[in-house]
Amino acid sequence: MTTPTATALVPPARSSRPDPRVWQIACLSGLLLFGLLRLRFDTPVVQIAATLATALVVQWIATRALGLPSFEWKSALITGLGLSFLFRANDWRLATLAAALAIGSKFAIRWSGKHVWNPSNFALAVMLLASRDVWVSPGQWGSAPTIAYAMACAGGFVVYRSARSDVSIAFLASYAALLAGRSLWMGEPMTIPLHRLANGALMIFTFHMISDPKTTPNTRAGRILFGLLVAAGAGAVSFALFRPNGPIWALAAFSPLVPLIDHLLPGPRYEWKRPTPGPLWKGTTDEPMDDRALDGAPRRAVGSARP
Amino acid sequence: MTALLGALSAPPAHSFCGFYVARGDAKLFNKASKVVMVRDGDRTVLTMASDYQGDPKEFALVVPVPTVLDRGQIHVGEPAAVDHLDAYTAPRLVEYFDPDPCRIMAMEEDRAMPNAAGMALKSARPDARARSLGVTIEARYTVGEYDILILSARESAGLVTWLTKNGYRMPRGAERVLSSYLRQGMRFFVARVNLKEQAKLGTTYLRPLQMAFESPKFGLPLRLGMVNARGAQDLFVYALTRNGRVEPTNYRTVRLPSDAEVPEFVKDDFADFYRAMFTTAYHREGGDAVFLEYAWDMSWCDPCAADPLSREELRGLGVFWLEAPGGGGGGTTGPGGAAPGIFPPPGGAQNVFVTRLHVRYDAAHFPEDLVFHETGDRGNFQGRFVIRHPWKGQRDCPGMDRYRTEVRERRAREAETLARLTGWDLSSISRKMGGDDAWGPPPDKRPWWEWMWGSEPR
Repeated sequence: MTTPTATALVPPARSSRPDPRVWQIACLSGLLLFGLLRLRFDTPVVQIAATLATALVVQWIATRALGLPSFEWKSALITGLGLSFLFRANDWRLATLAAALAIGSKFAIRWSGKHVWNPSNFALAVMLLASRDVWVSPGQWGSAPTIAYAMACAGGFVVYRSARSDVSIAFLASYAALLAGRSLWMGEPMTIPLHRLANGALMIFTFHMISDPKTTPNTRAGRILFGLLVAAGAGAVSFALFRPNGPIWALAAFSPLVPLIDHLLPGPRYEWKRPTPGPLWKGTTDEPMDDRALDGAPRRAVGSARP
Repeated sequence: MTALLGALSAPPAHSFCGFYVARGDAKLFNKASKVVMVRDGDRTVLTMASDYQGDPKEFALVVPVPTVLDRGQIHVGEPAAVDHLDAYTAPRLVEYFDPDPCRIMAMEEDRAMPNAAGMALKSARPDARARSLGVTIEARYTVGEYDILILSARESAGLVTWLTKNGYRMPRGAERVLSSYLRQGMRFFVARVNLKEQAKLGTTYLRPLQMAFESPKFGLPLRLGMVNARGAQDLFVYALTRNGRVEPTNYRTVRLPSDAEVPEFVKDDFADFYRAMFTTAYHREGGDAVFLEYAWDMSWCDPCAADPLSREELRGLGVFWLEAPGGGGGGTTGPGGAAPGIFPPPGGAQNVFVTRLHVRYDAAHFPEDLVFHETGDRGNFQGRFVIRHPWKGQRDCPGMDRYRTEVRERRAREAETLARLTGWDLSSISRKMGGDDAWGPPPDKRPWWEWMWGSEPR
């Protein structure tokens, strides 16, 4: 039996700041409803339900199988919502596969205690490479400035709460500079880069995918470098290869570099329940926080650097 | 019928994925451009048609292209094939006849939207001073009734000077747009009519120009066509692909309203209806959306708005992966000669997915060129509208009263739907629909409790 005294002796384990994922879930759900109701996305409701359910179920199974202390449903739900935005398929069952891959990758593909890819980014890249029956519709949001503004605000808030806005800002600023510079070089009017920047899908990517604090470098300098790299890659895909979804491909391609960046610029790992921007440069504490409590994944994981 | 698409682009303007330029002061009216775009891997075949009906002498076409084209990569197609594809993919009206409420019987009839086509150019001669202006004539061909030049240039001012000296009337502001295409390493495909060749061929209309090339770029340049445009222009894109639906990556795709029941008189006014309905949808979406009007696997249709396209026609439009007719080895056989309204057509187009997109664009809402990608989406979609003819026979049976009440209610719904889709005034719609007298008594307006305990409502 727990006595009042005993309870009082336990120091508060959590920061008074709310979990940023709650805000993120609220933002993403609102945007998804806006997309479905106002912009009339043609994603069937059954696909969205299947995606969310699969993400939660796989997260739960992995939690049980690996004996993790807590079931991190919020992370799984965010992944499912992200996929619901971007993933399109001829058959809703492909969406369940994508959701399973996304969550599965978080537990299966790890390096020094962190998962390598943002789960929804990984699933999108793999599914696009593997199947002709899936696609991403980058134009579906249109480019109404108000929408972009609302999404930037909502996303910015989320980023702020998770204290990792630097990677989003670095990516967006360098991508904007790249677009503007290219248009200046081409002699195009500035309405062209502005139209490209006002793309809703780009805003979703910037504020809800690349900003994932679990898969970005641990130090601010590392994250800014990472944002620059992804922007350059996205530009290359769009304007040298002339393929759609440049940011998604660039993020998938550069994510494996994050362990290297962390090696060169070490810092403490991110914790959802204790949001911190991390050090600007090299970390002062070499002891990473316990990952088990964070996203429910084990510290000793498949694919880690341990012998 | 031809007036339909012409009237769709009410504001007259110069247009295309290039632009038309004229010598002298001839007025150019290029009302709606049509582009058939065949794409698989990096291979693209473009067929460009427009409904220009003016003097061929007064017309020229300039299109940015990603590569220098050989003589064999340029072809002149048949307008009939483009018109056929247009009719096949057009929004359609389906008619149903109510059965005798005292018996059961049904009929169905389809009607389709028509089309328009034709294109014209003018003649001039490459200037020997081209090189001194930094303009390189990469190639020069006569194909069918057209004289074609492939130009590259070091800078746009020289190109504009060269074009102007050679009798092309360049719109103000063209230089800047040409410059941005030059920086992208694009060449310019310049075509005009060779009147002698045209006379030899004996054709009075201008046939669509076709070009085949390999490039990772998959899009349509709109910006040249907007330089001197007055108001918005209409562009129809018919994409033929192997895998699935085509959509723009940099603009929102919206489906045309479909499957709505509309009043009977729309059958005689379908062109007006389509125009008003499209314009209403265009404004509702803010003027910056691309409309999906048809997306279908070409091996069947339901209902078919026109005969399915034959293999010869599809090959002619550039569907290079189809076996040549009679070439053997193909899994399916010859042209589909099905009667309209029948599906699936015997031996219809195999392994071809068609997407029809309708873009009404202007510089304010479409600042950049259209960029496309082929999705894996094989879902079928068509712009389909339904009219239901009430039973007008003279019979009496127990069900007749109820039937008449249903018809009255249905007519009210149809009028509201039409008003919502087209923005037309509800009272004028009701007037056009005629009185409701034939369809039973007006609804009982008494409060429900009065008839609940009082006498039965009629």
